[in-house]
Amino acid sequence: MGAATGRAGPKNPMDVFSHDVLVVGGGGAGLRAAIAVAETDPRLRVAVISKVYPMRSHTVSAEGGAAAVIKPNDSLDAHAYDTISGGDWLSDQDAVEAFVREAPAEMLQLEHWGCPWSREPDGSVAVRPFGGMKAQRTWFAADKTGFHMLHTLFQTCLKYEGIQRHDEWFVTRLLEDEGRCQGVVAVEIATGKVQAITAKAVILCTGGCGRVFAFTTNAAIKTGDGMALAYRAGAPLKDMEFVQYHPTGLPFTGILITEATRSEGGWLLNKDGYRYLQDYDLGKPEPKPVLRSMELGPRDRLSQAFVKEQEKGRTLKGPYGDYVHLDIRHLGEKLIDKKLPFVRELCLKYVNLDPVKEMIPVRPVAHYMMGGIHTDIHGATPLAGLYAAGECACVSINGANRLGSNSLTELLVFGARAGRAAAAFASTQKEPGPPVLARAHDEQRRIEEILRRPSGGPERIAPLREEMQKTLEESAGIYRTGARLQEAAGRLRQLQERFRRVSLDDRSLTFNTELLAALELGFMLDVAETIVASALARPESRGSHQRTDHPARDDKNFLSHSLASRAADGAPRIQYLPVTITRWPPGQRVYGK
Amino acid sequence: MADTVTLAVTRYRPEQDAEPTVQTYEVPYRKDWVVLDALNYIKDRVDGTLSYRWSCRMGVCGSCGMMVNGEAKLTCATFLSHYKREPIRVEPLSYFPIIRDLVVDITDFLTKLKKVKPWIVREKEKPLAEGPSTLRPGSGQALLGTGEYRQTPEQLELYKQFSMCINCMLCYAACPVYGLEPSFLGPAVLALAQRYNHDSRDQAATERLERCSEHDGIWQCTFVGECSKVCPKNVDPAGAIQQYKLAGAVHWFQSLLLPWGTK
Repeated sequence: MGAATGRAGPKNPMDVFSHDVLVVGGGGAGLRAAIAVAETDPRLRVAVISKVYPMRSHTVSAEGGAAAVIKPNDSLDAHAYDTISGGDWLSDQDAVEAFVREAPAEMLQLEHWGCPWSREPDGSVAVRPFGGMKAQRTWFAADKTGFHMLHTLFQTCLKYEGIQRHDEWFVTRLLEDEGRCQGVVAVEIATGKVQAITAKAVILCTGGCGRVFAFTTNAAIKTGDGMALAYRAGAPLKDMEFVQYHPTGLPFTGILITEATRSEGGWLLNKDGYRYLQDYDLGKPEPKPVLRSMELGPRDRLSQAFVKEQEKGRTLKGPYGDYVHLDIRHLGEKLIDKKLPFVRELCLKYVNLDPVKEMIPVRPVAHYMMGGIHTDIHGATPLAGLYAAGECACVSINGANRLGSNSLTELLVFGARAGRAAAAFASTQKEPGPPVLARAHDEQRRIEEILRRPSGGPERIAPLREEMQKTLEESAGIYRTGARLQEAAGRLRQLQERFRRVSLDDRSLTFNTELLAALELGFMLDVAETIVASALARPESRGSHQRTDHPARDDKNFLSHSLASRAADGAPRIQYLPVTITRWPPGQRVYGK
Repeated sequence: MADTVTLAVTRYRPEQDAEPTVQTYEVPYRKDWVVLDALNYIKDRVDGTLSYRWSCRMGVCGSCGMMVNGEAKLTCATFLSHYKREPIRVEPLSYFPIIRDLVVDITDFLTKLKKVKPWIVREKEKPLAEGPSTLRPGSGQALLGTGEYRQTPEQLELYKQFSMCINCMLCYAACPVYGLEPSFLGPAVLALAQRYNHDSRDQAATERLERCSEHDGIWQCTFVGECSKVCPKNVDPAGAIQQYKLAGAVHWFQSLLLPWGTK
């Protein structure tokens, strides 16, 4: 995989790279997609463009594991049922069936590529329990599963000569002509050069948008870029109101403490040392972990239980908000070092606390977007030539609440599917024509205009970003009301207005991270508006979307996906699409029984 | 320390600076702030022109390596409270070309990494369709299959620590040999080569050994050991290289005495 050397467009003053398939984002989904393209047809010119070196992508931070049926007492149907009930029946069941069916082979493929999966004494792959799963089916590499998966994929990618990379290039818009996506415009971060990169098919694998929230586990790079790119190009965003709060983040930093702490037997305790989940219809406390019960309940229910506990005054007070305790002391040093070494390292390095001897302070933290770019089961969006996979996409298998350890598997299964589908599509298409290059020039002028604005203008990036994050936190958090969402929608409109006047200190073309921050803020504001508008438009409570003014699930009116499209005035417009039900009619979510 | 702390930060903007300069910034001192928090404070509130890389803020993405008071550190895991004297010096990683301010060019590492084939090499692959040892995919039934490469926990242990490398480049910034001889493959690349050599699923150890025994490889290492000291993930590249030298010597000796027996 060498430096990118596409064919230049000689008649054009702007340099142009050209590929058959362009993958935007070099995390787990992007790399898996790129390999799938290369393996589908080695003659295709495939490239990965990423704003960071691929091994910096946020897949690296995933800890607990990746689900795929492997044990004799398990079945694909059981994995499908857990996923569908965990998602409060908003998952498309045809997608879930494909997902659980293809998961074991994808995981095995990663084993062949060298992923250091934790093993049983006989050398077979080990699995651990996980929240909301009725059987042990979560493959893991200690508690650094995402890190090992990403590095395995990245290093394996290096062997494919056909895969080119544009590392540290930032995509600013999609190029679309005649109803077909034909490439992107991107800034080479090191030089500030704005360039068109044409392609017969584009796959967005840019991850989520946790950074629209103030308190999040998500890395700085997770600013919803791909979601906003698709949205601006006319591809709708699906189910954006469904935001997962992970129940166990470290206060202040938002560093994730993996669910694997609980699958290994950790307890959540309130200020009285009481396992409070027993009060929230999640089962009875047992000394050993019980599947689909108590601390192994689904994330939405656990995060909601925290808020209820807080309202009863039974949480603890800290400088960075209320918290509860995660206690893993009883697991013992040996098990912690073997199966949860990263948790111990994170606690020791970042909060100067040893979980072998002390309880870990935790609170719910914005973690994952169930929603994303609307795709079909092959990763195709409604815009021809545009595909999406991973957290930025919504197929949807996760419905209203994702189960822990389904997302790492999802990016393999649907990364590969999108890669194969994009490869097939690209083989039938002509080279992009001159109209897209004219659009690229418009985009170049837009970027130059931002850089030329006089410094010291009325608006700076950071205060706008913080105000957006506060707005989302207050309106679109664990519990929501119509009134607060309405107010938030208005505030976001104002922030969009103010963003148009934002000015930069930095005019340099060399590694201008302030320019990137401005472009990212623009993306986040668009995505934030779709989250709030979709939440406002859904007067029911389902999974992670809890409206205190509409506390019941409403299957009669809302067993459907929301689709947010950008209207002429730039604000989102919400429509609905029915959920695909195959074999599991909507039922009650039962845990702890 | 007082309520504020002074950072002395390297600035370099190639369009306007002939060479790097130092700029000082005063930032609030908070005991739970790391150096990266201070840089983010500067970027957001004081000076939007300061450039640096960061992402996960949990020590695993490998982006935020810098020299702090002369030591190679992940700035997300380096607390302000660790430093008693001001100013705290923040510089780009040593021995790499500077692109801008605290951002260095690591293309050299990526070029070298590929040279040691950091992926599993096998003459023949087991078909995936045979499934993991307890399942045949597609059937929904868990049955014994043969598609998986079994690897015992002991076999995993042989290479596990070398697989923990996050490519943060601290070991290169601490390696005096890399400073003097930029062609040196360097600690992380050699540790990652060992990661695959020791993996029971791999069959290319001899090929990698030959590559790593060339002029730019293991023999350049003078065993200073700084790489292992600065590694934030407790990888031991120095140990990997020493092991490798031993294997290299044995391989050379065997090829001399038993030229037919080493392939």
